[in-house]
Amino acid sequence: MKLSSGTAAKAIETNALSKHYNGLKAVDAISLSIDEGTIFGLLGPNGAGKTTLISMLVTMRKPTSGSAKVNGFDITRQADSVRKSIGIVFQDPSLDDELTAMENLELHAALYNVPRQERKERIEELVKLVGLEKHLKMQVKKFSGGMKRRLEIARGLVHHPKILFLDEPTIGLDPQTRAGIWDYIKKLNESEGITIILTTHYMDEADKVCQKAAIIDSGKIIAMGSPEELKNGLGGDIISIKCDAHEGCREKLAGLSWVKAVLKHDGILNVRVEKGEEKIPKLLALMEKNGVNVESVSLRKPSLDDVFLHFTGRTIREDEAKPADAMRLRRKFMRR
Amino acid sequence: MNREIEGIYILWKRELLRFYRSKSRIIGSLGMPFFFLAILGTGLNNVFPMAGGGNYMQFIAPGIIGMVLMFGSIFSGVIVIMDRQFGFLKETLVAPISRLSIVLGKAFGGATTAVLQGVLIMLIALLLGAQIQFGNILLLLFFMLLISVMFVSLGIAIASMLEDMHGFQLISNFLIMPLFFLSGALFPLSSAPWPLSTASMLDPLTYGVNGLRFLLTGQSDIAFGTCLAVIGIFTAVFIGLAIFLFNRIED
Repeated sequence: MKLSSGTAAKAIETNALSKHYNGLKAVDAISLSIDEGTIFGLLGPNGAGKTTLISMLVTMRKPTSGSAKVNGFDITRQADSVRKSIGIVFQDPSLDDELTAMENLELHAALYNVPRQERKERIEELVKLVGLEKHLKMQVKKFSGGMKRRLEIARGLVHHPKILFLDEPTIGLDPQTRAGIWDYIKKLNESEGITIILTTHYMDEADKVCQKAAIIDSGKIIAMGSPEELKNGLGGDIISIKCDAHEGCREKLAGLSWVKAVLKHDGILNVRVEKGEEKIPKLLALMEKNGVNVESVSLRKPSLDDVFLHFTGRTIREDEAKPADAMRLRRKFMRR
Repeated sequence: MNREIEGIYILWKRELLRFYRSKSRIIGSLGMPFFFLAILGTGLNNVFPMAGGGNYMQFIAPGIIGMVLMFGSIFSGVIVIMDRQFGFLKETLVAPISRLSIVLGKAFGGATTAVLQGVLIMLIALLLGAQIQFGNILLLLFFMLLISVMFVSLGIAIASMLEDMHGFQLISNFLIMPLFFLSGALFPLSSAPWPLSTASMLDPLTYGVNGLRFLLTGQSDIAFGTCLAVIGIFTAVFIGLAIFLFNRIED
């Protein structure tokens, strides 16, 4: 039994955890703590440092400096205990394609020393959870991408981990399969009560699933809280105006007393205001007076994308379009 | 400790399952040795005695078995690169077992499949009329296993230094082939020019082939005890090297 001092027990605690590669700070002094039993999202664009952070927490890589505890165990000094407490689903597939689903699961159970008499029952229970009970005897190379991912999630759970790490669990999957995966993840958290730590760059999906989230950019945490808190932190509504407004126009808007912030990207002005529905006519009138051509207007509550945009001045999608990432994604698909 | 043994066992079993699944690999790997025996062995059978060498099929059979053991083992070791490329290696690297156990499981598994291939080609050699006898089967199997563990370890050591399979061609042409030709598998090197015979003395497969030749035909250029000792030393060195290099893999 672990003793906790009044507060909820911590699944993860990091203290100025850093990882440098040839002077590049992939993870830059991250300190965070995650309560047991939560679904925690590490959000950010590709290359933000999410995967590096996770690889340190799962003892795959040694930190350059700082320390971290996973399930109460130190990641460098008690790596073996950490490994026993966690399950991992990597970003890239890590199944043995030549083996059947059952053989992959049995192999995992043996590597984690799950008692023999428990194995069969545990495996049956888990494949039902991810809906693969009919495919146990099939070779994994005949599986679709979504099935492989579900099998990996089941595999990560065979040894009753306290914490499950999911690195981009839905990347490269079609929308329907993605929704299914998120359902399984929520179900898991409810039925097994395990802490789930996931990374994703799909902000809308994170919003629906995560109870808490940290937004990471360039190796640093730039915002943390529940999705609600993060979005409410921005305050008000966002009016998106598609128009040919120039920079002067943006500055003029930003100068108005009832406008909280204005961000411009891809020919869209995002104007953050209170009581958005009342401000739309005012804004439109102003635009017309200044001779700005408005194509369309929409009103919405801030999303996690807006939170990211607010803190970094750019959208996650802009980051995604970088050629290097596109290459990486393509490579990944080829491997499937 | 129990946990480590269980890990070694399951990784050994994985190699066997994969071997069993890849029928085409088994047939493919037996193709070349079969033709060596069937064509070279039969074709030179009449020429060899003229040079004073005795029965060529009998001479070549242990050499070809040695070749199968080496090819099969190095290949099993080098497959670590593919495990890495296709992600499975990560699954073992983050499991709560030591890297030593991962290397041992892999080495014993790969060696077992190589010995199975060796036994198959031995049966083929018998069918083709090679006059080989089985004196001490247990000693024979043990010796074959030792040769195989040695070469799987070498394969793992090489694989740990490579990023992808592109380097495999290089290994095949500049390591495996010279080791094979210098081993005395196809012709006796005792009467070869000194650079060749010296190089042959540095080739671990030479001791493998000579040891097998002794066990299967009762005669060899090098005493069996020497063969066993040298192979034992090479095995220890290559396992050590494999563990050292495998330990340095970051992910």
